[in-house]
Amino acid sequence: MGTPTATMTLPDDPNLRGDVVLPEVIEGREPLVRGDHDFHAITEMVCKVNEAPILQTPNGLKFGIALAAAGAAMFGGYVGYLFWEGPGIWGNNTPVAWAWDIVNFVFWVGIGHAGTLISAVLYLFRQKWRTSINRFAEAMTIFAVACAGSCVALHTGRIWMDYYLFPIPNQMGLWPNFRSPLEWDVWAVNTYALVSILFWYTGLVPDFATLRDRTTIKWRRFFYGFLSLGWRGSMRHWVTYEKAYQILAAFSAPLVLSVHTIVSFDFAVSQLPGWHTTIFPPYFVAGAIFSGFAMVLTLAIPARQWLGLKDVITIRHIENMNKIILLTGSLVGYAYGMEFFMAAYSGNQYEGFTFLNRMGGPYWWAYWIMMSCNVITPQLYWFKKIRTNVKITFVLSIFVNIGMWFERFVITVTSLHRDALPSSWDYFVPVTEVLFLLGTFGLFFFLFLLFVRFFPVIAMSEVKGVMAQANPHWEGYGHAAGHAHEAAHHHTEAPAIGGAIPSTAVAGTGGHS
Amino acid sequence: MAQIFPKWWNQTPALALVGTLVGGGVVTFALYWWGSPWHTDVGYKPTQPIEYSHKLHAGDMQIDCRYCHAYVERGPHGGVPPTQTCMNCHAQVKKDSPKLEALRESWKTGKSVEWVRIHKTPDFAYFNHSAHMGVGVGENRAAVGCETCHGRIDTMEVVKQTQPLSMAWCLDCHSDPAPNLRPVEQLTAMGWKGDLAWNEKATKIAATLNPPGSLSAAAKRGPNGELLTYATAGCSGCHR
Repeated sequence: MGTPTATMTLPDDPNLRGDVVLPEVIEGREPLVRGDHDFHAITEMVCKVNEAPILQTPNGLKFGIALAAAGAAMFGGYVGYLFWEGPGIWGNNTPVAWAWDIVNFVFWVGIGHAGTLISAVLYLFRQKWRTSINRFAEAMTIFAVACAGSCVALHTGRIWMDYYLFPIPNQMGLWPNFRSPLEWDVWAVNTYALVSILFWYTGLVPDFATLRDRTTIKWRRFFYGFLSLGWRGSMRHWVTYEKAYQILAAFSAPLVLSVHTIVSFDFAVSQLPGWHTTIFPPYFVAGAIFSGFAMVLTLAIPARQWLGLKDVITIRHIENMNKIILLTGSLVGYAYGMEFFMAAYSGNQYEGFTFLNRMGGPYWWAYWIMMSCNVITPQLYWFKKIRTNVKITFVLSIFVNIGMWFERFVITVTSLHRDALPSSWDYFVPVTEVLFLLGTFGLFFFLFLLFVRFFPVIAMSEVKGVMAQANPHWEGYGHAAGHAHEAAHHHTEAPAIGGAIPSTAVAGTGGHS
Repeated sequence: MAQIFPKWWNQTPALALVGTLVGGGVVTFALYWWGSPWHTDVGYKPTQPIEYSHKLHAGDMQIDCRYCHAYVERGPHGGVPPTQTCMNCHAQVKKDSPKLEALRESWKTGKSVEWVRIHKTPDFAYFNHSAHMGVGVGENRAAVGCETCHGRIDTMEVVKQTQPLSMAWCLDCHSDPAPNLRPVEQLTAMGWKGDLAWNEKATKIAATLNPPGSLSAAAKRGPNGELLTYATAGCSGCHR
C-alpha cells in the first residue's frame, strides 16, 4: 500500500473520449472497466436494477415494459386474426408469394448473429472486451430468434400444420423433404435457438447465484435459487463451468456461419434471378453480423446510459463494435457491387434485368434506402471522431437496422415481383403487415425489458475476471504511485477497499460477492 | 443460511429431462395412434333415413353393385341411386312396407332421399372413382375390387367404413398395387382371391401402370429405370 495519489484534478480542457471525460492520458491499453470499482461495486452496479422492489421499478423501465407489452399483446391479437383469416390479410400474392413474412424472418434471425459472434467467436479468440456486452447480446439473440421463429412459423398460413416441419410419424405417410433448403432452415434455426439458450443460461448460472445470495425476499430466493441450479461457487463448480462454457462456445461458433448460410440457401438454391447466386452465403453472414452489431448498439447505448453502466460498457466497447460494423458493412457493400458485376459479366439478360430493375424499377426507393443505409453509413466509421461519438453511433446504428430490413425487402420482393411472365407482373403493397413488424418489435422489446428487469444484464463474474484487480500482478489499491492511469482512478472517490484482493478471489466471486 | 430447496430437488433437472422426452413421446404417439383415421373414421356407421340392408340386396339376392351404383365405372363419383332405381322393384315388391314410407314419400314429392355419405375424401384430395375400376389395355387390364376399399358390403346390414381413407392408406396401395389388383370381370365379386397365375400377372400389370402424375419427383425409378412407385403417386395426382 503506497500513499494514495488521489490528487489529480480534472484538466481544464477535458479530453473527451466518447461521452466519457478523460482525466488522464491513457497509457498503453485502455482498461476494459473504467472508474474506481472493486469487485463488489460491479455486483452492486449490475444488480441494482434487478433488486429494486417490483413497485419501485424505475419509471422509464416500467413505461418501457408497458409499451412493449402492449406491442406484444397487439402481436398476439394479430396472430389470432391471422389464424382466423389466413394469410389473405397480407399483400402477398402471385408472383410475390414471399413478402414481409420472410423479410421479417430474415431480418430477425440476422440480428441474432451478433450475439453468437460476441459470445462464442470472440470468446474463443480471447477477446476480453466481449465480457461487458455478451450477456445482453446473447439475450438479444434469443429474443430475436424467437421473433424470427414466430415470423417463419406464421408465414405457413395454416399454423396448425406446422408440425409437418418435423419428422413426426403421421397419417399422410409423409416425411419432411430433406432435400429442401426450407427444411434445412427449420433445423438450422432450431439448433441455433437451442444452443443459444444453453450458452446464455450457462453463463447466467453464477450470476443467478449472486442474486440468490443477495436477496432477502422469499420468492426471489426461490426464483434465482431455482435458476442457479445449486451453484455454490466452489472451485470444482468453476472448473465444470469453464469446460461447459468452452464446449458450448465451440458448438456455437460454427453456427455464426452456418445459420445464415442456410437462411441464404432458402433463396440461393432456387433458380430465380436475383436469388440464384453463390455469393449469398458469405454475403448473408456478413449482413447478419452487420445488422446484429447495429442492434447491439441500439440496445447498449440507452442501456448503459439509463442503467448507469458506462464504466463497464465503455467507449472502447462501442468503438470496437463500430469497427466490426465497418468491416462487415464494407463486406456487404462489396457484395452489392459484386452482384451487379456478376449480373453484367455473366451476360445473362434475366440476371441483368433483375439488377437494373432493382435500381430503377418500381421499388427503386427501397433499393436506394438499402444502399444509402448499408453502404454509406458504415463508411463514416473510418473517422475516429464518429465511431467514438456515442450519439452519432446510436443514430447510425438505427440507420443500419433500417437498411438491413430493406436489404431483405429488396432481395425478397423485388426479385419476385417481376417474374419470367410479364403478364403476371405485380406490385406488392403491404396490407396489414406493418402491424406484423411492429408486433415482432413489441414481442422483442417486451422480452428484452423483462430480461433487463430481472436478469443481470452484465456478466458479472466474467467482467470481474477482466478487471485490473483480477490480474495476478496487480499491486493493490492505491499502490500505483507513478502509474498515471491507475492513480487516476482515485480522482473521484477514495478507494473502497484498502487492501489488495487476492487474484484467486475472482474465481469465487460469482456466488458470494 | 437455511436451504431454499429440499434435497430431493436435486433430481428435478433429470426428472424434467426424462419427463420432457417421455411426455413428448407419449403425446406424439397418442396423437399418431388415436388421432389417426384408423381410430377416428373406421367404423363410421351412420343411421340412414331408410333401413336399407346391403346384406339383403347385395348379399342374399346377389344384385350387382352396379345396378344401383351405376356410374362407378364411368364417373368420378361412385354415386348414390335415385329413388327411381329403388322404385323399379319397390313399385311392385313390398310396396306397402312401413319401412319404405320415406321412399314412397320421396317418390311422391320428387324430393331426394337424404342418404348420409360415409366414404368421403377431403376437398383437397382429387379422387376419381372410375380410374380405379379398370386401367390398362387388353391383356394388361385390371381393376381394384369394390371390397378392397369398401369391405364386405354383402355382409353389412348397415354399411360402415372399414378402411381409413387416409393418405398413407392410399399411398400403401399406390406404391404396391399388385396385391389389390384383380381382373375387371371380378370387379364386384366379394371374397375374391387371386390364384398364383393371376398374382404373377398382377405384378407385371402393376409395373406398366405409369399414368400422368408419375412424372413428378415422387415417382421413383430404380437403377435400371424400373418404376418403383406406381399410378399417379406424384403429389399433383391427387392434390391438383
